[in-house]
Amino acid sequence: MSDGAGKAHLPELLRSGREAVLDRWLEVVLEGVRGRITERELKAELTELYALIERAVAGGDEEAGRELRAALAEISRSRARQGFSPSETAVSVFAVKQALLEQVSATADMQAYAEFIEFSSWVDDLGLVTFETYASAREQVIADQMEQLLELSTPVVKLWDGILGVPLVGTLDSARTQVVMETLLERLVETGAQFAVIDITGVPAVDTEVAQHLLKTVMAARLMGTDCVISGVRPQIAQTIVALGIEFGDIATKASLADALAYALECSGIQVTGRTEA
Amino acid sequence: MDRVPILKIGDVLLVSIQIDLQDQTVLALQEDLADRIVKTGARGVIIDITAVDIVDSFIGRMFATIASMSRLMDAETVVVGMRPAVAITLVELGLSLGGVRTALDLEKGMRVLGAPLPAVRPGTS
Repeated sequence: MSDGAGKAHLPELLRSGREAVLDRWLEVVLEGVRGRITERELKAELTELYALIERAVAGGDEEAGRELRAALAEISRSRARQGFSPSETAVSVFAVKQALLEQVSATADMQAYAEFIEFSSWVDDLGLVTFETYASAREQVIADQMEQLLELSTPVVKLWDGILGVPLVGTLDSARTQVVMETLLERLVETGAQFAVIDITGVPAVDTEVAQHLLKTVMAARLMGTDCVISGVRPQIAQTIVALGIEFGDIATKASLADALAYALECSGIQVTGRTEA
Repeated sequence: MDRVPILKIGDVLLVSIQIDLQDQTVLALQEDLADRIVKTGARGVIIDITAVDIVDSFIGRMFATIASMSRLMDAETVVVGMRPAVAITLVELGLSLGGVRTALDLEKGMRVLGAPLPAVRPGTS
């Protein structure tokens, strides 16, 4: 955006009409965000952007262009995290065109119109930067959440001295099985547990793949000297397993976690008795 | 060629693998172990693989071979100290070591074989 000194009408217009353009810009953007961000905050953001745009449009200021892009990237990242939609984010940039165009038409200056076209395509570029940053920020958010979900949904708990519990919730795929297996085995080493109860009450469906993954986990635990019990086999799941012809071999399976715990206690030679009245 | 030492504790032979296993070492170990079982009349064999980081299918099969061999000479085999990564590798290789008993560490392995453990002073366990 560097024009000859004599015919740069737009920079002049940006300077003289600063208040009007900024106010109109703020108005358009505010309409879009509907109170999820305060007017004061927005005004501070836009004023900063406006100053950078002014410097960049005036020409010869490479630094301002870079700063502008950085500032836009920062804003779109925070918008993405706050859950704004892509168009709401992009509008914050594109609205400046509308605000400025209104100023240009008010002056009816043909030269300014011509410069405005160039300005417009430049703002489109800025809009693309915004959008790209927005998209990558959102992807980052999704990736973070997936990781958290993976960790959240695979706890290994201690049920008793020497007995671990692995309550599985959600669908079992290879990635999750890997995490479950690793967490369980690490905990086995830490605690020296002799029994592990894998509870599948929260697993919505068991097909051959899930069964294969369960078997692998049990085998790996066995290699480390720990016996596994699978609990939480619901009636429908039992039917599916039989219908699919899946064999659990000599792995003990129980209907409920309580049964599995009782079995594990019995195998470890622990007896739990109620207190008798004196 | 390195040889894996075989230690005798009471009725039990202890093989602690501390080196990278070459195929030759494994074969030598099988021979030595068979000789020692016959010579000492051992009732149990403990293979400690705490220090083993990497396994392949050959080593996986070694455990099974040693176990069957020992069983023929009336000695029971327990593999102890397997690391999580090793266990996962063996499962992925499809080796579940059917006839081999396993335990988490040497102490538990001795208990599996019913071998007497040294007395533990109270408060130190």
